[in-house]
Amino acid sequence: MTTDSRSAVIRLCAVDKAYDTKTILNQFDLDIQDGEFVTLLGPSGCGKTTVLRIIAGLETLDAGSIALAGIDITQLPAELRNVNTVFQSYALFPHMTVFDNIAFGLRTKKVAKAEISKRVNEVLAMVQLAGFEHRKPADLSGGQQQRVAIARAVINKPKVLLLDESLSALDYKLRKQMQNELKRLQRQLGITFVFVTHDQEEALSMSDRIVVMNDGEVQQQGSPREIYETPANLFVARFIGESNIFDATVEQALQGNEYRARIEGCSFVIHSDSALAPGDRVHVLLRPEDLRLKEINNGGDENGLVGTVLERNYKGMTLDSVIELDSGKQLQISEFFDEDDPDFDHSLGQRVAITWVPSWEVVLPYEG
Amino acid sequence: MKVNNRLKWFSIGLLTTWLVIFVLFPNLMVIAVSFMTPDLRELIRPEFSVEGYLRLLDPLYLDVLIHSLYLAGFATLLCLLVGYPAAWIIAHTSKRMQAFLLFLIIVPFWTNSLIRTYAMKVILGNRGIVNKTLMEIGLIDSPIRMLYNESAVIMALVYILLPFMILPLYSSIEKLPRNYLEAAKDLGSGPLRTFRTIVWPLTLPGVISGCLLVFLPALGMFYIADLLGGAGNLLIGNIIRDQILVTRNWPFGAALSVTLIAMMAVMLWAYHRALKAMQGGQGR
Repeated sequence: MTTDSRSAVIRLCAVDKAYDTKTILNQFDLDIQDGEFVTLLGPSGCGKTTVLRIIAGLETLDAGSIALAGIDITQLPAELRNVNTVFQSYALFPHMTVFDNIAFGLRTKKVAKAEISKRVNEVLAMVQLAGFEHRKPADLSGGQQQRVAIARAVINKPKVLLLDESLSALDYKLRKQMQNELKRLQRQLGITFVFVTHDQEEALSMSDRIVVMNDGEVQQQGSPREIYETPANLFVARFIGESNIFDATVEQALQGNEYRARIEGCSFVIHSDSALAPGDRVHVLLRPEDLRLKEINNGGDENGLVGTVLERNYKGMTLDSVIELDSGKQLQISEFFDEDDPDFDHSLGQRVAITWVPSWEVVLPYEG
Repeated sequence: MKVNNRLKWFSIGLLTTWLVIFVLFPNLMVIAVSFMTPDLRELIRPEFSVEGYLRLLDPLYLDVLIHSLYLAGFATLLCLLVGYPAAWIIAHTSKRMQAFLLFLIIVPFWTNSLIRTYAMKVILGNRGIVNKTLMEIGLIDSPIRMLYNESAVIMALVYILLPFMILPLYSSIEKLPRNYLEAAKDLGSGPLRTFRTIVWPLTLPGVISGCLLVFLPALGMFYIADLLGGAGNLLIGNIIRDQILVTRNWPFGAALSVTLIAMMAVMLWAYHRALKAMQGGQGR
């Protein structure tokens, strides 16, 4: 999935971590490439923040090792690591001005005064806070505090910038804006960003690579597109985006990667790169926007899964419907509006037949 | 709502009346008396005089005052040196342990401090437990004189007043968000620098209120100086008591009291400024 042509800037190797008796990470491995924007995504308690704190040096390892740019830093204390963190609640020092907050890291390194004030002003301009240097954190809005926190971290020119749920405290509009700004900053600085979030939408829109975690284990890693379009297992499929999941039984192998399978009592052609034998059980995943819907009128016959419209929600761009199949299973379906048909709509209780674009389905191993 | 409002005004009114009668009024009287003239038969004569304040500068009293400030100041410093680490350790244990340790800090309050001062006499006296034990093991031949000197007074002041230092320090250390320390560490700051630039300024309100709660009572604890201090180690409290009860120079005693109040006012002002420097203690 990732090329080895670029060097790993962070390499976690067989890391164990437990709090008291609760195991958080068990033999955890992770490589982060230089210059990429990686997102650790997972539900709360999945260990993603622990991974971040281990990289920062704020947690010690029970076992395993961590290397930064090829050098083992397992025993190196946080203050000596060339890594900086933007904390979830920013942790700006309330008694210091914006300038002093941002200059803090440089002052610990005994950088000359003139150099400090030059660099602080540069970084303030970069986060669009020029003129705010004499304010105290309490006098800033949430978004401004966030920028100060980022400025305070990036001024030290870290090899890796760690961001711990850094946008979760902002309101929706500001969050969108900060997402774009973070992307811009990352391109501008060329620093590796490791971003932790539980918000899948945020992860999809910002990352070069997403690492999906659950229960201290990596479920899948790949580009946002790979994660969304070809999830590796049911957890990833359910966690990222909406999905309809069917149980299917393979009936017959056709040529190539095509198989005939029985889904909800109907026969469909499915595509899978893994070798399947007749009688094998699999999950078939279909995103709401991959499904196609056709109304059945006058008792006509249509191919596909047959059901009735249970709910329909106008979403502006799309029409989202819930379809109840005759078996009782409910499906989410999302259709784009057809410009040629202004009256495009479904009435509740309408009989419909559902199919999908061939080969857009994702076949996953059976998990019970 | 109406009943609630009436209750509110009743409580506020009661409290205000109480404070006016028992705090404001007596203090105003003390201030008034400090500007009057002493009278042998009537105690005071309502004639304006600053004699009381001028006597503060009399070398005889000035020496005693300065020595008293030194005793209380040294005790406060010791309390801070012992109390800060203690408060830090308590604040960084588990919640259950914190409750237990704070309980231990408060337990001595259950015994009157006068009785505890007598206890020190029993323990540290020439024939006290410490000297007896040391002589019995043969470490010393004659008892060490631990009472009736400067260090006895300072020791007793520290012993009695230490909880008043630890409690406010604990509360401000406990309120200090941990992620400030982590942020400082993350930005390359070692423990000493973090303490100097982050921890100390942010716990300064606790330091000041602790010092306030130790220093001012220390100046007034005349019975400690009486019981343990011998002749040369008087506290301002001793002089005030003597002026009011023995020498019967009320204006001078009152002037001394006003001086104490003024010192408290200055320290409260410093406390307020420290709080303001932290932006009203904006947390998290």
